Amino acid sequence: MNATPVASPQAQGAKTRINDFSIQVATVNGSGSQTANMVLLRAIFQMGVFVSGKNLFPSNIAGLPTWFTIRASAKGYVARKASNELLILMNPETAKEDIASADPGALVIYDEPLQLDRIREDLHCIPVPFQKLVTASCPEPKLHKLVKNMIYVGVASRVLGVDMEEVRKAIAKQLKGKAKAIEMNQTAATAGYDWAMEHLEDQLGVRVVRDNKTDGLIIIDGNEACALGALFAGCTVVGWYPITPASTLVETFIEYAAEHRKDPATGKATVAIVQMEDELASAGVVLSAGWAGARSMTSTSGPGVSLMSEFIGLGYFVEAPGVFFNVARTGPSTGLPTRTQQSDVELCAKCSHGDTRHINLYPGNMEECFQFAYDAFDLAERFQTPIFVVTDLDLGMQNWSSKPFAYPDKPYDRGKVLNQQQLAEAKDWGRYKDVDGDGICYRTLPGTAGGKGAYFTRGSGHNAYALYSEKPEDYIEVMERLNRKYETSKTYVPAPVIRPMGSSIGVLAFGSSDPAVIEAQDLLAESGLPTDYLRLRALPFTAEVDAFVTEKRVVYVVEQNRDGQMANLFREAYPEHGTKFKSVLHYNGHAIDASTIVDQINAFEQR
Amino acid sequence: MSTAAPSAPTNRLGLTKQDYVGSKSTLCAGCGHDAITTQIINAAFESGIEGYQVAKFSGIGCSSKTPAYFINQGWGFNSVHGRMPAMATGACLANKQLINIGVSGDGDSMSIGTGQFVHAVRRNVPMIYIIEDNGVYGLTKGQFSATADKGSSLKSGAVNELPPIDPCTLAIELGCGFVARCFSGNPKQLGAILKSAFAYRGTVVLDIISPCVTFNNHDASTRSYKHVKDHDFPLHDLGFIQYSEVEDVDIAAGQTELVTFPDGSKVAIKAIREDYDPTDRWGAMRTIHESMEKGEFLTGLLYINPSQPPLTDLLDLVDEPLATLPESLLKPSREVLAEIMASLT
Ligand SMILES: Cc1ncc(C[n+]2csc(CCOP(=O)(O)OP(=O)(O)O)c2C)c(N)n1
Ligand code: SF4
Ligand SMILES: [Mg+2]
Repeated sequence: MNATPVASPQAQGAKTRINDFSIQVATVNGSGSQTANMVLLRAIFQMGVFVSGKNLFPSNIAGLPTWFTIRASAKGYVARKASNELLILMNPETAKEDIASADPGALVIYDEPLQLDRIREDLHCIPVPFQKLVTASCPEPKLHKLVKNMIYVGVASRVLGVDMEEVRKAIAKQLKGKAKAIEMNQTAATAGYDWAMEHLEDQLGVRVVRDNKTDGLIIIDGNEACALGALFAGCTVVGWYPITPASTLVETFIEYAAEHRKDPATGKATVAIVQMEDELASAGVVLSAGWAGARSMTSTSGPGVSLMSEFIGLGYFVEAPGVFFNVARTGPSTGLPTRTQQSDVELCAKCSHGDTRHINLYPGNMEECFQFAYDAFDLAERFQTPIFVVTDLDLGMQNWSSKPFAYPDKPYDRGKVLNQQQLAEAKDWGRYKDVDGDGICYRTLPGTAGGKGAYFTRGSGHNAYALYSEKPEDYIEVMERLNRKYETSKTYVPAPVIRPMGSSIGVLAFGSSDPAVIEAQDLLAESGLPTDYLRLRALPFTAEVDAFVTEKRVVYVVEQNRDGQMANLFREAYPEHGTKFKSVLHYNGHAIDASTIVDQINAFEQR
Repeated sequence: MSTAAPSAPTNRLGLTKQDYVGSKSTLCAGCGHDAITTQIINAAFESGIEGYQVAKFSGIGCSSKTPAYFINQGWGFNSVHGRMPAMATGACLANKQLINIGVSGDGDSMSIGTGQFVHAVRRNVPMIYIIEDNGVYGLTKGQFSATADKGSSLKSGAVNELPPIDPCTLAIELGCGFVARCFSGNPKQLGAILKSAFAYRGTVVLDIISPCVTFNNHDASTRSYKHVKDHDFPLHDLGFIQYSEVEDVDIAAGQTELVTFPDGSKVAIKAIREDYDPTDRWGAMRTIHESMEKGEFLTGLLYINPSQPPLTDLLDLVDEPLATLPESLLKPSREVLAEIMASLT
């Protein structure tokens, strides 16, 4: 550090925030800022500091405002934080608004001509002559827009105390193999860093200090984690239709499958992936492929699930397996298609007309995205039914640090399928006969030789032998058995995770709310209100959930939708405890943060 | 397996026709759909199809019920309205060895399911796609479908003012390599076409005019038995020769054209209308359009080009069915996961 150390406004009196801060970068989408932001995130991660990144992007290809937040947390909190300690304002369109909403004392890096220092005096302004630096460091004018972003990475690194060597490494990692781009970006970042070394004083408000919290961790998004789960689960048929935020799940799967799902002997594919004409067709492909014995899947979001719902009911009633990933976004309708929400809870719980109930899995972190995706294929075949894996944009498309995934040693569970020999030995086989009393019947696959085992699958009423029937008793038998099967699934789906503090106050959440709830639970405890937190991981509710609901005085159900959809499912399942469930809601399209939860629980508790 | 008398004729698999039947039809007596079912049974028997390899798909409608009435030895899936093509697509991906028969109606395929029809044909999903075409929705009691001819009227007197969608020219336009129109009342022609269809690889589109005796068989209908009989213009006489018999059959030279299928089977086409060439895609289109304008039903093999790769070839899949691949081929190794994890640090 050769610049004269002069304390920033924040440092005067306030203590330095070490590895505990949020950065918000405001840019224009399509300007290549995503790469720059990922480099900054990675560089901090490589410094051994826990980080998470959230991209708040518009439903647009280029030219609209976009924000990226990076949160560093020594304690490992990775939820969105409402306040930011460092702002990087690169978008003239939003700069005035961004600066108006900045927290007092925040550091603000911006393009010199914007003259933002004239707007507020309680901020620590860092005007940077980007144009000058760009022109000096990059001879190609058409690349200036891209390079400009890398310059702020250099400046921010100097401001935060991030080692430039880590930035260079992060660039190389992010731009894997593209030698020319790596060099150009490294030059730009260094130019920003050098300029900052020369012109900026050390600030002591916010610092990155080398730690070892990220040793051995990976950075991944939930869609990639799910794609890997499906890859290792041996998914063999994919029918899909593009939709944000679900597309990258299948797109990543396609990339991995191209490499890892070829028969080594022949080089031929062991998976069929077809981009269908819509979600109806995708659902049809998933169910008929599952019916014919494949491990099949699709990935979609709310609008797609709506279209699939007739088929999902068919799948439930005729008992055809299939895995349906719903990466939820903000609805209804097109809603806010690039924003997050947990508003398809009821849709997926009971998707389709008539009496239907589905097994739903709610992964809450990257390891679970991988594991539950893997397990979903087993559950689909075990229970011969559509399985929903419900994530959301926050899990699916944002970057999370995670422990590397453990190899899924558990052999595939292909469920109750009779082969030719078993059929020859079977007495009085009926497709829908509940031989074992668990509601799950034995199925056969088309193409099984031997002349036994063929049956007719129909969405209309049928009896135990799959014959057409409109008899009331046959219909009731099927519907009751489907309920029995659902009951059986309670011992197969993942049990909840409980974080107890010996309290009679329950907090219940699922999916992407987890980090914010953990932080909120800690904050509440620090302020004298310990709670017990149950993270639900599946439908149907298991015995552990029953016990939790029964023993708590009150259960705060935290969810990211307007109507308290999960709370509704609880009131329906536990009518005798109906008044215990209080909704803590957040549904503005941004990921949930801890303070929202703390404030609402405090209000309920009248503190 | 056979329940017929020992003297009943058998096919190359030693099976009798009785081995290809299904459960009893519940359609109206005289329904054209039942005549089609009979021809499917005959063709499968005569072609020596292995019943267990057959997968039958349908949407919803009277027509879509019929897969229950043939080839009991095969697996059937009566799905949802207009979505039969997606069912066949998924199953063919799961098990490319299946012989797929899809049965649909004109409402099922040309109204609610037009999108699925179009895309299945475009993908060349290996299946025999049968449209049992009566110009109405039979099962919902006789409303017009999208194949109803302009000017045709319902029993109630309501007249259809909209132009029909023709599945055959649409299929040719989309690149389908086997397009035929038949009449359920012409079993000989239908039988030869069905047998040819079994020998083909890819999507076969069969638009089979199949009168609805209950809702669309009156004088003012263009789909009544009488009207269709009077306006049916067979293009040719067809003789199907299975690959196993090719050596033994004398095919008269002269006006007969031979089309060979991938399995070596042949269909001999003896022209009735000599200006019609079923291998000339655009010429065929023109003639069909002209005849439709005159209110004729040209029947026979409208277009044939047996050399197009089906979807399952384009995907370059392993030879065995994906459905039964062992875990050892499907689950990447521990090392692969470690490598992927390392790339994400
Ligand atoms: C989604 C949906 N909409 C409507 C129906 C009602 N419906 C059942 S069959 C049918 C029409 C069938 O017509 P077609 O395919 O021509 O068969 P046909 O009965 O004439 O053989 C309709 C509209 C349905 N089953 N599902
Ligand atoms: S209503 Fe028409 S289409 Fe349906 S079974 Fe009767 S005759 Fe056939
Ligand atoms: Mg019809």
